[in-house]
Amino acid sequence: MIELNAVDKWYGDFQVLKDCSTNVSKGEVVVVCGPSGSGKSTLIKCVNGLEPFQKGAITVDGISVGDKATNLSKLRSRIGMVFQNFELFPHVTVMQNINLGQTVVLKRDASEAEEKAMALLERVGLADQALKHPAQLSGGQQQRVAIARALAMDPIAMLFDEPTSALDPEMINEVLDVMVALANDGMTMMVVTHEMGFARKVADRVVFMDEGRIEEDCPTEEFFGSPRGERAQLFLSKILSH
Amino acid sequence: MFSNFDTKVILDNLPTLLAGMQLTLLLTLIAIVGGLVLGTILALCRLSPFRPLSFVAAGYVNFFRSMPLILVIFWFYFLVPRIVGQPVGGFYSVLTAFVLFEAAYYCEIMRAGIQSVRTGQVHAGQALGLTYAQNMRYVVLPQAFRNMVPVLLTQAIILFQDTSLVYVVGVKDFLVSADLVANRENRILEMFTTVAVVYFAMCLAGSLFIKRLQRKYAT
Repeated sequence: MIELNAVDKWYGDFQVLKDCSTNVSKGEVVVVCGPSGSGKSTLIKCVNGLEPFQKGAITVDGISVGDKATNLSKLRSRIGMVFQNFELFPHVTVMQNINLGQTVVLKRDASEAEEKAMALLERVGLADQALKHPAQLSGGQQQRVAIARALAMDPIAMLFDEPTSALDPEMINEVLDVMVALANDGMTMMVVTHEMGFARKVADRVVFMDEGRIEEDCPTEEFFGSPRGERAQLFLSKILSH
Repeated sequence: MFSNFDTKVILDNLPTLLAGMQLTLLLTLIAIVGGLVLGTILALCRLSPFRPLSFVAAGYVNFFRSMPLILVIFWFYFLVPRIVGQPVGGFYSVLTAFVLFEAAYYCEIMRAGIQSVRTGQVHAGQALGLTYAQNMRYVVLPQAFRNMVPVLLTQAIILFQDTSLVYVVGVKDFLVSADLVANRENRILEMFTTVAVVYFAMCLAGSLFIKRLQRKYAT
């Protein structure tokens, strides 16, 4: 479904991604972890072309992301994305946040979009918040709305960029619960996160990044059992010691 | 000096003054709307990755911002009729001058407004599959306008005052109407005091309104 082949990316002289290759099959959940600055957020943003890359290839559902001829908007409309800072549109209601892509991009009529939005809000437990503005919701609620907004487009895969990093601890679980349910429903997911509990529970594979390089890419049990690399071991010991 | 201040002359000429104020307000309103539309388009051009477009827009802005407004008014009043080959009328020539001039300033305000919208918001719109134009229309510009409301209104007040410059080509706005009355009735003190009080009151009211808005949307 998502294939990365020898991706290199530079910010000026600084190389943020070095020869990154991995893939996510249909229905698979892949967690990407690593220390801050290791390039994991950049990597996931390359998958739907929000960040350009200079070398290598990324294909999603057989379509090349880096190809200039690719209709990126169209491709992105089929890939859901959830951001660290939620990025709900502050000037419109929760309902309108979920409807915008449906009506403008997918050309659904208003009643159909609304019906879909309500069903999704129900699913993330926020049906009673539809008419509020994002600023009136807690962080956890905003992130659940953001997930609903992405799901409204009926995506073939979902990308999560540190979805719980900006949340207060007591709100992390309500977001993870939604993500676990999504994973159990068979959604193809690529998740950048430090939540190792989540990784253990639902991830099929774990990708460990350090200094722009993919250092580990292995099945979940193997990753938590015996990480081969020194850096991965250090990272895990830091994260799991508490 | 104020011992023989004659309020009657003001009341007697109220219709003339009101007609002048009407023209002032109409000119201000159309210049704001026209300037804002053209300014927004210019701002989008300036921010365009397509170099020739941003170059032309930047040239336009820098040109008009380097010109005294009064010169632009003169220019359109005397030269445009020659170019189009027929008289265009004072009102339309100053209107054109104001729209084109204000657009340069609104462009810079809008550019700052668009750049004030965080990259994350742009990414969120893109991730939904919105095209560049759709993202601007539904995500970026609405937020940019909101951020810019106080500055846009301040510019509107400046414009309201600046419209009095049409005096130089004799278009009958509020100031020119008062001036005509003042000369006809030989009541300069009364008329110019009235003009000053009215401009002061309207601009002060506008400023207070903006302050309230700013407090309301400060968070």
